[in-house]
Amino acid sequence: MKKQKISIWDPTIISQALIQSFKKLNPRTMLKNPVMFVVEVGAIFLTGKLIANLATGSAGNVGFEFQITLWLWFTVLFANFAEAMAEGRGKAQADTLRQAKTETVAKRLGSKGEIKTVGATELRVGDIVLVEAGDLIPGDGDVIEGVASVDESAITGESAPVIRESGGDRSAVTGGTKVLSDWIKVRISSNPGESFIDRMIALVEGAARQKTPNEIALNILLSGLTITFLLAVVTLQPFAIYSNAAQTVFVLISLLVCLIPTTIGGLLSAIGIARMDRLIQKNVLAMSGRAVEAAGDINTLLLDKTGTITLGNRQATEFIPLPGVSDLRLADAAQLASLADETPEGRSIVVLAKNRFGLRGRKIGGVGKSHEVVPFTAQTRMSGIDLNGRKIRKGAADAIEAYLGESRNGDLPELRRIVERVARVGGTPLVVAENLQPLGVIFLKDIVKGGMRERFNELRKMGIRTVMITGDNRLTAASIAAEAGVDDFLAEAKPEDKMALIKREQAEGKLVAMTGDGTNDAPALAQADVGVAMNTGTQAAKEAGNMVDLDSDPTKLIEIVEIGKQLLMTRGALTTFSIANDVAKYFAIIPAMFVATFPVLNGLNVMNLQTPQSAILSAVIFNALVIIGLIPLALKGVRYRALSASALLRRNLCIYGLGGLIAPFIGIKLIDIIINAIGIAQ
Amino acid sequence: MTLNGILQILGYLVVLTLVTKPMGIYLTRVFDGERAPFERILGPIERMIYAFCRIKPDSEMNWKQYGRAMVAFSMISTLAVYAIQRLQYYLPLNPQAFAAPSPDSSFNTAVSFMTNTNWQGYSGEATMSYFTQMTALSIQNFASAAVGLAIAVVLIRGIARFETDSLGNFWSDIVRGILYVLLPLAFVAAIFFVSQGVIQNFKPYEVVQTLEGTGQTIAMGPVASQLAIVLVGTNGGGFFNANSAHPFLNPTPLANFVQMLLILIIPAGLTYTLGRVTRSQSHGWAVYAAMMILLTCGTFASYWAESRGNPLLPQNADQSTLGGNMEGKESRFGITNSVLFATVTTGASCGAVNSMHDSFTPLGGMVPLVNILLGEVIFGGIGAGLYGMLVFVILTVFIAGLMVGRTPEYLGKKIESYDVQMAILYALIFPLTILVLTAISVLGEDFGLTSLNNPGAHGLSEILYAFTSATGNNGSAFAGLNANTLWYNTALGAAMLVGRFLMIVPVLAIANNLARKKRVPESLGTFPVNTALFTALLISVIIIVGALTFFPVLTLSPILEHFQMLSGQKF
Repeated sequence: MKKQKISIWDPTIISQALIQSFKKLNPRTMLKNPVMFVVEVGAIFLTGKLIANLATGSAGNVGFEFQITLWLWFTVLFANFAEAMAEGRGKAQADTLRQAKTETVAKRLGSKGEIKTVGATELRVGDIVLVEAGDLIPGDGDVIEGVASVDESAITGESAPVIRESGGDRSAVTGGTKVLSDWIKVRISSNPGESFIDRMIALVEGAARQKTPNEIALNILLSGLTITFLLAVVTLQPFAIYSNAAQTVFVLISLLVCLIPTTIGGLLSAIGIARMDRLIQKNVLAMSGRAVEAAGDINTLLLDKTGTITLGNRQATEFIPLPGVSDLRLADAAQLASLADETPEGRSIVVLAKNRFGLRGRKIGGVGKSHEVVPFTAQTRMSGIDLNGRKIRKGAADAIEAYLGESRNGDLPELRRIVERVARVGGTPLVVAENLQPLGVIFLKDIVKGGMRERFNELRKMGIRTVMITGDNRLTAASIAAEAGVDDFLAEAKPEDKMALIKREQAEGKLVAMTGDGTNDAPALAQADVGVAMNTGTQAAKEAGNMVDLDSDPTKLIEIVEIGKQLLMTRGALTTFSIANDVAKYFAIIPAMFVATFPVLNGLNVMNLQTPQSAILSAVIFNALVIIGLIPLALKGVRYRALSASALLRRNLCIYGLGGLIAPFIGIKLIDIIINAIGIAQ
Repeated sequence: MTLNGILQILGYLVVLTLVTKPMGIYLTRVFDGERAPFERILGPIERMIYAFCRIKPDSEMNWKQYGRAMVAFSMISTLAVYAIQRLQYYLPLNPQAFAAPSPDSSFNTAVSFMTNTNWQGYSGEATMSYFTQMTALSIQNFASAAVGLAIAVVLIRGIARFETDSLGNFWSDIVRGILYVLLPLAFVAAIFFVSQGVIQNFKPYEVVQTLEGTGQTIAMGPVASQLAIVLVGTNGGGFFNANSAHPFLNPTPLANFVQMLLILIIPAGLTYTLGRVTRSQSHGWAVYAAMMILLTCGTFASYWAESRGNPLLPQNADQSTLGGNMEGKESRFGITNSVLFATVTTGASCGAVNSMHDSFTPLGGMVPLVNILLGEVIFGGIGAGLYGMLVFVILTVFIAGLMVGRTPEYLGKKIESYDVQMAILYALIFPLTILVLTAISVLGEDFGLTSLNNPGAHGLSEILYAFTSATGNNGSAFAGLNANTLWYNTALGAAMLVGRFLMIVPVLAIANNLARKKRVPESLGTFPVNTALFTALLISVIIIVGALTFFPVLTLSPILEHFQMLSGQKF
């Protein structure tokens, strides 16, 4: 999906949305949105009334009444259009996903290993299928045998193939992705219609959208306001009759529609859909809107050190020789020992030696005729090279010490001092030895990602505490935590510790977010309020979390938090705007209603609107147009700034509260000038 | 407006602010389980009452039990007041031998005193015997005030407590409210009033000869004892029809000042109690500030309107020497103290008056009306004002939470859809009752409009004021409307019941729901509820909700009347 960003103003989306706006007029659909439902009922009623008036010849000001009715329909259509626009992009994405879901054929393995070809829809949980190069994987599952490279671009948009193999944390495969080479056996883990891709289609289409807790609360507030205004308008007629100034139903319904919060009512679902969509644009799948909203409320963020706070791999930054050993000798030995080491750490040692001491151009083939590479093994925990009689080894301090064994060459106490010093400043010491003689230490440094300190500062301003989780010892952890600027850290963490930390935070009433990928992360992911599973992770992890990050980028949690906050803020801002608008509308409509009977009330006509008809019409037109005008804001969301709650509130109140108070005075006045100029308000 | 007037108003507001803290601390000690004040004297009495009534003060109730006890208590009270009125002819202490008021009037009065409204469709000195005044009415002055106080205390407990469903013991709260708060205050106040010349006797009415030589009947009675609780309990039902404009009820400027102070002393003190019990004193002051600002603005708006006078009054009524529109005001109070009394009594749902609100200029009279229309939260009735205000606080916190992108939190509690639902219900019942009943009245040619003495916009103001006063449990009357009819007695009675009980139920539900919640730690992302910004937002929410609901009807009543006055239109 990364590859196919779709603009909101894409012509096909707009034309689709136009058609959808009319389809959504179905009252049963409208009923989900009480505010707009009231507008639609008003529009239907006025249309009937208009026709009845024309038929009986009892029509009053037909031009005026016709325009009012028309604009009420526009109001409903504009709101529908906003929702359809928000859904549009998701629909386009769903279509692409559906193509990946076209009926695939599965090679199901029977109990005796025989292959039976069946349709993918016939597969059930527990079935085992064979997938070979060129096949589409027929359903979600775990690899139980084999290794294969898989093209997952249908889901992630990332064209580079990924490796999937049995066991470990890279065993999950997704239906609809394609095996490029080799073969794998997959145990199916979801029934048809419940697969990851099905869920994804439902999510992007908005079909699976459930109302979030705050949205429900807001809906209650909006319904309450609607009832209040309904009441104010319905009872206004008796007061008008008492004052000998009875109103036509066209005027009363105009007033009602202007007062009820149509702006937020019309844009509410668009805001929700757009936020989910925004997450999908960022390649994050949220399994529920609730999780997105919870993301905005997070108090504590648990971040894995490796890959999130630091670059995934450490880099050599310094050679520290033992007394009596020259820098050059250590660098030389270290480079030779690392020539065959293809890990990023190994390569960084080669590069450092080259940069510092000009040791360059050496290839494994070129350094000597008789060489033997000693690879890293889990038993020895070191690697190196045997070359022209030199036995060079590098590895963790304790591993090298064990290797040196009884030989006791060199200055071991000094070596230990260096090792500890390196660890204390957050580095990983790597000891180099030649012919059972220790030479010195390579300083491997965790490189904290650029800009992390700033991001954590922002989070702190939002009131979010960051906790770094690492398997490193306390010394190293403390040093990296200080460098990255996190608030706290958990060192030597085991999965149980993570779980305990989450529970402890939650017991204090805090909401916790975390990322994870391994199966052993699954319980913690499930326990966290927001658990983001990496797409590269295991099926268990993906199911335990309530979001999946297709890019497998743990820093994205921060963006998820921002989107969660944006969701609430956009709703809040438009609600305030909508309510603040009512003041101006009152000053437009109320004097217009009664000025015929009580000319003195023209004193309330502060906008100096020209005629009562043009005043009412202008308010109704403004009310409809403001929905269209705010669609971009609803879709893009109010910009989030890392400010304290008070500062943020002050800012938003100024823009949307005060702005909402003033804007309609200007807007209604302008519309009044225009419609009088073109003479449609008589 | 004169400097003297402005200083008097400011002086009052300063004194009110000064008494807030001690009153708040006192209330906290009474209700929050700390050692109660005057324990040595009142403690034995309290324990005796518990033993006699078999009350177990330590067995706390959940919200439903509390609500049931409250309703049962109120129903019995209503029946008792009704019965005493209907039987007063046969009961002692009736020197004027008053007959029983009509059934609908008795119903109206019973409901009115039980709901702490104290709307009076009757004229006290011409209807009620001393016995009725002292038992039925006076006792209700204590009881209904104690109920309001108890509900506010329950809501404060709901906010302060975590993960529990026990909210206190209704019976114990009532006993403590009366014994420790209302009785001592009323006792001291009554003695003070006697010192100022308020009468206190059981004599039959005296007939005296006036200077013109005609006979005049002077009403007598145990006034001072009742007056004190009428004010302290924000009841407002006057012993005499003229209420605090009557010289026997309000003889001196000092008495007038103390009366105004007594009206607001408990409602203001409760804001301090809120802060103290929830351990967020600055929040208590923020709520106080919102109330104070609304009161101050209203008072000065009304003072300004009254000082400008009425351009339609004949030239010989020299308004410039009088300082403005003196119609319907006592000359011993003048414009300043009449306006201040009017805004204080309508801000709190007291309803005692020392001038005729009906005779204010349209805008000057609109202020008391709007004070009630805003939901009786400008200090408000005893207890009722605070719980009403806290409902608005919940709405404010909800909107603020949305604006800062965080699920709203209030003093360590998440505000969720149930709380919003109940708050909306509370905010909805109030305008619904007022608007619907007023609308029915103005359509009722032969039952609603026949009581009107004034046509046009002013007539609409009078009907609107009556239903607003009843629903807001205020009880003050705009006058000019004959409300002692079958329709108004019944409809206003219903409005008072709805305005009291249908609004208490959501409050109890909120208290319960809040008390059950877990504590949410505060963070920088939490919107603070103790800042000037919070106070400003709270005020905006109150005004916008009120203004948006009532602007149309106000346009056709006081606002229209104002423009008509300016254009010289007479009726």
